[in-house]
Amino acid sequence: MSLTLALAAILAVAAVVGWHGFSRAARLRTATRLHSLPSYHGAYAALWAAIPALLLLAAWSPMQSRLVDRAVLSSPEGRSLPAFDMQRESILSEAREIAYGQREQGFNPESSTLAPRIRAEESRFALMGGAAAILLALLAGAFALRRTKPEFRARRGVERWLMILLLAASLIAILTTLGILLSLMFESLRFFNLYPVGSFLFGTEWSPQTAIRADQAGSSGAFGSIPLLWGTFFIGAIIAMIVAVPLGLMSAIFLTQYAHPRVRSWLKPILEILAGVPTVVYGYFAALTVAPVVRDFGLAIGVSSASSESALAAGLVMGIMIIPFISSMADDSIAAVPQAMRDGSLAMGATKSETIRKVVLPAALPGVIGGVLLAVSRAIGETMIVVMAAGLAANLTANPFASVTTVTTQIVQLLTGDQEFDSAKTLAAFALGLALFLITLVLNLIALHVVRKYQEQYE
Amino acid sequence: MLPHEEHEGSRLDTPAPEEAEQEPRIPAQVQGMHSGLDVNATASEPDTNRAPKMSAREVSVFYGDKQALKNVSINIHDDRVTAFIGPSGCGKSTFLRCLNRMNDTIPSARVTGQIELDNEDINSTAMDVVQLRARVGMVFQKPNPFPKSIFENVAYGPRIHGLAQSKPDLEQIVEKSLKRAGLWEEVKDRLQESGTALSGGQQQRLCIARAIAVDPEVILMDEPCSALDPIATAKIEELIHELRGRYAIAIVTHNMQQAARVSQRTAFFHLGEMVEYGKTSEIFTNPHERRTQDYITGRYG
Repeated sequence: MSLTLALAAILAVAAVVGWHGFSRAARLRTATRLHSLPSYHGAYAALWAAIPALLLLAAWSPMQSRLVDRAVLSSPEGRSLPAFDMQRESILSEAREIAYGQREQGFNPESSTLAPRIRAEESRFALMGGAAAILLALLAGAFALRRTKPEFRARRGVERWLMILLLAASLIAILTTLGILLSLMFESLRFFNLYPVGSFLFGTEWSPQTAIRADQAGSSGAFGSIPLLWGTFFIGAIIAMIVAVPLGLMSAIFLTQYAHPRVRSWLKPILEILAGVPTVVYGYFAALTVAPVVRDFGLAIGVSSASSESALAAGLVMGIMIIPFISSMADDSIAAVPQAMRDGSLAMGATKSETIRKVVLPAALPGVIGGVLLAVSRAIGETMIVVMAAGLAANLTANPFASVTTVTTQIVQLLTGDQEFDSAKTLAAFALGLALFLITLVLNLIALHVVRKYQEQYE
Repeated sequence: MLPHEEHEGSRLDTPAPEEAEQEPRIPAQVQGMHSGLDVNATASEPDTNRAPKMSAREVSVFYGDKQALKNVSINIHDDRVTAFIGPSGCGKSTFLRCLNRMNDTIPSARVTGQIELDNEDINSTAMDVVQLRARVGMVFQKPNPFPKSIFENVAYGPRIHGLAQSKPDLEQIVEKSLKRAGLWEEVKDRLQESGTALSGGQQQRLCIARAIAVDPEVILMDEPCSALDPIATAKIEELIHELRGRYAIAIVTHNMQQAARVSQRTAFFHLGEMVEYGKTSEIFTNPHERRTQDYITGRYG
């Protein structure tokens, strides 16, 4: 029995049970007064029939492939397979592809003999799971139907089921994030088994190229993350913010305080469109348009080290990308400053700009700072622009015309192309990812804290 | 004096013979805070033959298409408190906001008619709105101290208008203003604390101190006690008595007893019109208009 079939069967059972519950309640209704409307009784029974069975099915599907594998390996055909892991795996995966009809025959002759076995086990376990799920649907449906009585509060029951559904939906996002974090931590631990934590955190040299043969040059890689963190910080938190904070703040001030409503209704959406430009577009704008100009400018003012992949080019474009973000955060917190406070200042004979500088901005400052921190955490996680425009050389330099590299760029470099998945070089990507994750997490926590504290002030 | 005002004056102001007397102004402290109530208030009436501090002629205000104020004409004299009373939405606050052009901050608002401050048209291009608001200060319904220290709240106005030459100078202005607002004793040891940390009544007195720090000629108060408890209200009323004579004061209030206690002149507004304007004692004891009578006896509003 295939998954789709089982799914369809469960939904059919739910529909029948639901209809049954509805009509039963409707019949009762003619005799007595019901606590809940018949539609609630129907929905209650249908939800009972569908949800536990669907959950069982969802839990079964990932388990099924493992059960199949184990059964196949313990079968006579499976026992004759070579004991060496990689070889056995390749035969198994070939056999699986043959069983699913994805290929005609494999390189290993064993795979074709294994294929029918896999197919048989597959259908056996699928039948088992499907049958169990349908049985559960029937049992649960019957249980719910038995409760169809005039005084039964089906309306409350439906409410509880809906709450459970909503809770599950919100848990999925959280659990996924947790899973990502766990896998990052797991791979990072493997990296730290190969490379000391201290050298990773405080080392100032980054050269991940490990040699294949021992006699090659640069045979041992160096994984000091400081140059990458510095590059990330330099581009995302310094150069980009120097561009984005003043421009974003000023545009927010103009939009909220000075712009005529008609102008605002035009300008604000246009500014928000900036936020919708794909970052890869910004990336080649940075690499092809801004970078040469920055390099020529650097050379013109006598910086001989000006490179065509510079921190400045990437940072400038990233700053432009962040403007709408800062602008809309600042817009919100400026709008949250009570009109009474503005009136108070204007009534003192302060001009508009005096009011904004001395009263509105100080009052909005915590919100603006929170927004800037969120923007920084976005900027340092940003990938495409720096991959295309910032370069690969891990320089520890404060010269904006020089090439620097960032954490995200290096992760891309480490993981693209053919890689072994257990070398220090590849695993370093996970350690970098973990570091980036933790940094942005801390930034976001601080930002949320600042923003929340600020909101309490005007309640 | 304007012809319209002449008419009003002849109806309401001139028959009072005691006004001609040059009575020394009784200090408010001596009067006590409740003596402003009733007819005795007229005993302290100052001379009204002087030109009004502010005069409004045929002032109308529109919010979009809706007319909120219809042809209001009124004179406000210094040395006395003028109260605007009336039910909610009658236009009294709108009119008050015309007097220092705070309606300019509302994009849909349009003001017609003429308002003069010392015979200068406040809506003319020659009048700088920033200067106007420094001369005509305002205290709002809800205390709105800036999220700054108590000192900085009061120093705000003198700073932006450059009234202090030096730091000691500024400190002196702050101290004087806080003393006049009756707040000095309560806050003198914690001037660096945030103004928003004060109690509601203290915040409102801080706002009054802030308004008088720029040495205005007129102070407009828009229901200054409506967010305060009775004790804080009593303190503000006492303060109004003390400030009377130094500044022309116009106060909007919902509370008729308050109007009777603090003011010498009362204007009754209803549905955007000014129904009646006269001496507080007369408005409350012997109103000319039926609508005024109905309102002050609590028949509506």
